Amino acid sequence: MIKDSGTAPTVDIKDLRKLYMVTQQESGAGAAVQSLIHRRKLIVPAVDGISFHLDPGEIVGFLGPNGAGKTTTLKMLSGLLHPTAGEVKVLDYIPWKREKAFLRQITLVMGQRNQLVWDIPALSSYELNRVIYHIPLDHYRRTLAELTDLLELGPLLHKPVRNLSLGERMKCELAAALLHQPQVVFLDEPTIGLDVTMQRRIRSFLTEYNQRFGATILLTSHYMADVQALCKRVVVIHHGKLLFDGELAKLVQKFSEYKTIIVQIGDCQNNMADYGEVVSCEDGRITLRVPKAQTARVTEQLLADLPVIDLLVEDPPIEEIIDRVFAQEKA
Amino acid sequence: MKALIELYIQQFKTTLAMMVAYRASLLIWMIGQVLEPLVYLIVWSIVSNNNGGSIGDYTTSQFAAYFILLMLVNQVTYTWVMYEFEYRIREGNFSFTLLRPVHPIHADIADNISSKLITTPSMIVVAVALGLVFHVSLAPQPWAIALFFPALFLAFAIRFFIEWTLAMLTFWTTRVGAANQTYFVLMLFLSGQFAPLALLPAPIQVLANILPFRWLISYPIDLLMGRLTFNQALIGLGVQAAWLIVSFILLRVVWRAGIKVYSAVGA
Repeated sequence: MIKDSGTAPTVDIKDLRKLYMVTQQESGAGAAVQSLIHRRKLIVPAVDGISFHLDPGEIVGFLGPNGAGKTTTLKMLSGLLHPTAGEVKVLDYIPWKREKAFLRQITLVMGQRNQLVWDIPALSSYELNRVIYHIPLDHYRRTLAELTDLLELGPLLHKPVRNLSLGERMKCELAAALLHQPQVVFLDEPTIGLDVTMQRRIRSFLTEYNQRFGATILLTSHYMADVQALCKRVVVIHHGKLLFDGELAKLVQKFSEYKTIIVQIGDCQNNMADYGEVVSCEDGRITLRVPKAQTARVTEQLLADLPVIDLLVEDPPIEEIIDRVFAQEKA
Repeated sequence: MKALIELYIQQFKTTLAMMVAYRASLLIWMIGQVLEPLVYLIVWSIVSNNNGGSIGDYTTSQFAAYFILLMLVNQVTYTWVMYEFEYRIREGNFSFTLLRPVHPIHADIADNISSKLITTPSMIVVAVALGLVFHVSLAPQPWAIALFFPALFLAFAIRFFIEWTLAMLTFWTTRVGAANQTYFVLMLFLSGQFAPLALLPAPIQVLANILPFRWLISYPIDLLMGRLTFNQALIGLGVQAAWLIVSFILLRVVWRAGIKVYSAVGA
């Protein structure tokens, strides 16, 4: 299923911009009356000149805090929004033209929205999608069987969607979005509100789908576990601007100035502050934060000075790093 | 074309499933569809009886015939897209519709036809029963019956296009209640839903002829009531055809402009 298109990227964005015009109104009755006559308009850049591309078959994490412009970008990529400026190409199509051949090859899943008809079983919505996407019957049956198997949909397909739990509904939504085997998959918070088990299930499904169909996936998520499990590469945006594009490991290297050293010794000692910042100390298990450059020296010293039972050097949790990336941007 | 037919068939199944899921509300909705013309029918019958058995050239039994036919014509031409659209846009579901490789109007047409196919048989039964209760006698000319069906179809198509176009106002403002209300009031008076147009003042009749409303409701009824000459009937079909073209062009123009706005300000 992998499209052999040489080096042509699946998604190509150059200097993409989207400005929104918003009307502003002060609080209070006077301001309300005033706004009847004259509305103060404000131009807000939601996406402010970003460029990146995705190669066929890649899974890329698209990160940024709320309001960073992630959803706006995904909507421009899928053709729902017309960019204010810049270039977007997906599979060599211009998305906002929404050509049928383009729409048949992409999908957009929004964790907070649903496309399934609420009052009837998911299977009925699937049948409708089959005719909408012109999926040949044998093809449809095969894909549905595969998706049912991968997502364990069996018992869910015949229940009205409104009777499903959030996680069950999300699985059915994913299947609906993937029945036509899109080559490009845009996922906006696909695991939002789901419990840990269900998150893991969706993650392993996405990996499997990517491998089986060679699909290119761009995914936003606030759960770093999603990103760590799925994406080698991440694109980070903030205030509509690109902050980082590269391997997740590089992001960690670039933005984490500290390492965490966890030492297990007999009991807490009061001179630990000499080695680094003590984050916690419980039952002789001490967590230290040490500048990256000093990690080797401090480790050596710890081993030499103390009766160390166990020692572990770690990067700080990815959430913390991402936090720091956004904090730096602010400062 | 084959794909579209398949889509319509599949939509029929979906609509049927949804209607079955909400049997009670369907029943209540159908009672409402019957009640409204029934109220007018009873009111006008009383007024007519107090007036010596007729008003203008409508006898009491002709009032009954008129409003029973109105119930059927309204049943066939009625749409609910104006309510649907507002909800879709506000909830963001319209985005999914836009991402499908088929124009969203097809799902609405198919849904509309499907629910009509499901509900019309029982409406016909109700209409026949009411006809018997109110001693209605109708003897339309064969040509009138023959012209009634294309007239009814055109009335449905024009009404559908007009209301789909009005529904698209949601692209510009998400609160379209006021516009809808204006439309419904105009419809009530100028289509003949409130009273046969022949009984309304002359200026209103002129207005009704110029605007599309009459051709959506009153004209097919008049055909079966034997109130039109053959020539008038043909002219009526011509006017309907013209409105069909106008409303279709309007729909396309508004769609293009609306979708541009929608994709500019945030889908």
